[in-house]
Amino acid sequence: MPLTTVTNPVKAGSRYLSGNDAAAEGAIAAGCRYYGGYPITPSSEIMEYMSRELVPRGGAFMQMEDEIASISSVVGASWSGAKAMTATSGPGLSLMQECLGYAAFTETPVVLVDVQRAGPCTGQATKVGAGDIMAVKWGSHGDYQVVALSPWSVQEMFSLTVEAFNLAERLRVPAFLLAEEATGHLRERVDLPETLEIYDRDYVPKQPPFGCDEADGIPSMPGFGMGENLLVTGSTHDQWGFRKTEGPAFHDSLVRRLSQKVLSRKAEICRHEGYYLDDAELVVVAYGFTARAALRAVRQARQEGLAVGLLRLITIWPFDDELITRVAQGAKGFLVPEMNLGQVDGLVRSAAGDTSVKSLTQVNGSTISPASIMTALKEMR
Amino acid sequence: MARSMEKYLRPEVQTTPFCPGCGHGVLMGSLLRAIDQLELDMSKTLFVSGIGCAAWIPSPNFAADTLHTLHGRAVAFATGAKAANPKLKVIVISGDGDLASIGGNHLIHAARRNLELTVICANNMIYGMTGGQMAPTTPQGHLTATSVTGNPYRPFDLVKLVKGAGAPYVARGAVTRPYELIGYLKKAIASPDFAFVDVLSPCPTQYGRRNKLDSAGAMYERLRGLCQSEAQGACAPEGAEDTLQLGEFND
Repeated sequence: MPLTTVTNPVKAGSRYLSGNDAAAEGAIAAGCRYYGGYPITPSSEIMEYMSRELVPRGGAFMQMEDEIASISSVVGASWSGAKAMTATSGPGLSLMQECLGYAAFTETPVVLVDVQRAGPCTGQATKVGAGDIMAVKWGSHGDYQVVALSPWSVQEMFSLTVEAFNLAERLRVPAFLLAEEATGHLRERVDLPETLEIYDRDYVPKQPPFGCDEADGIPSMPGFGMGENLLVTGSTHDQWGFRKTEGPAFHDSLVRRLSQKVLSRKAEICRHEGYYLDDAELVVVAYGFTARAALRAVRQARQEGLAVGLLRLITIWPFDDELITRVAQGAKGFLVPEMNLGQVDGLVRSAAGDTSVKSLTQVNGSTISPASIMTALKEMR
Repeated sequence: MARSMEKYLRPEVQTTPFCPGCGHGVLMGSLLRAIDQLELDMSKTLFVSGIGCAAWIPSPNFAADTLHTLHGRAVAFATGAKAANPKLKVIVISGDGDLASIGGNHLIHAARRNLELTVICANNMIYGMTGGQMAPTTPQGHLTATSVTGNPYRPFDLVKLVKGAGAPYVARGAVTRPYELIGYLKKAIASPDFAFVDVLSPCPTQYGRRNKLDSAGAMYERLRGLCQSEAQGACAPEGAEDTLQLGEFND
């Protein structure tokens, strides 16, 4: 079985770490053996950590000339057999978009950590934002799917990085740790486990690397230097990688399978946490750092006798709209606080049915306070 | 191509993708002969290319691992592949627009970094696949689809560019002089450093017809004649103010 339990290679037990350092340790723990990156605030600490730790562990580190080169090198390294990653922030993410599509189309397992800052453009480089929700999913042209996980703690900067690697390798997709500056630079206690569940890529020799019979299948993932004579191309291709830039059926079946292999597994991929949902009339739907403030506000509201709950989204992409629809059946209203102008709000609205949805947006480079959420909840009563 | 080189080609490939008169087939044959003479293990060799006519030299033709990447990014992909598996011999082969325009930054930084990569530029001085637009290597004054009154700008001399960026081995060959070209390619592939070979390769379809070079044969004769003067030091495409010298350019 590709999923195996291994001894955690980084120091286990209680530690005091920053979110960015915890993400880097999570990558090492997941078996990352290649990092290609370019400095950018507020993610650079991840790159600095990897520059120190990867080579002594038998991996390779390259500081590339720009973010386009970073992700290109990561895709090349992944095909050379290494679990591979990069980390960046908004402007770098924008530069990576073409190659993100290449990774999706060639079914290359790669992990990207996006430590979000206040955008658009250069924006406020040292300030927090959550404006990349749509960019990680829709930024490259054409139809494709990615996985994106949203950590709310330093603990999850570690554990969700491990999970991002596991999902990238299992699904052969780009997987994002969709973090925020506030979590990347947060320092708090983490408890790192003695052992970890690690997924290593499935490889069956001499199997077609780009296709299988099932409409949502995930093919075997070989690598360079294994005698497979691989043909990897970003053009439309058949199951062996031969370019098929004319036949409509090749393109149709490939594009549909690349989406279906993710969407048909939503039940396995998507994770969330619920707080006080059983009798909640108003439900805060929050993710990332904002969910910390939301939980504080919800607890305070409960003390004041309000029937309020929290639905914390851990998986952002693929978006679990069935979950929203399910929770909506018992709720009168949703409140969606976000450090953007309502990116997840739109997704919640499309799945909420008759349940009303209120958007609480804040794009001033600061985290949303529990008081703001409390005020919005009281306005909804 | 001689049948003795067929062992390096995929059996599924039956036709050439190149236009009549294109020089890239000669470059392809020269590269395979260099590989043959070096007795390179193709199962441990990775060919990386970008987008454009030259990117089709290895992909899908070569019976080896091939990585057909994005436009301009071949050298960056190759850097990651080599770093993650240093046992691979990694050979990049792509065009002048791909390597020197959209991919120019990756080219000079790879030369600076001096990771062991062989980069071969199939230089036809034009964008062939997209319909004959001006390239960063188009000689000044020459006609293209985007310079109908003549290219107003100076071209890159890729040998000087890459050498200036620090590449330890730099050479320029031409498909009209295949024996020298094979020698350059062998040295570049065998090099433990970053090695670059600029290869002049005529494009009759897009370049020749726009510049009133009557036939593919005429283009080859012209290139051959120009290159013969290399013995005296210079190989100058007609109309070029700068001269392009053939040979090896190493300290």
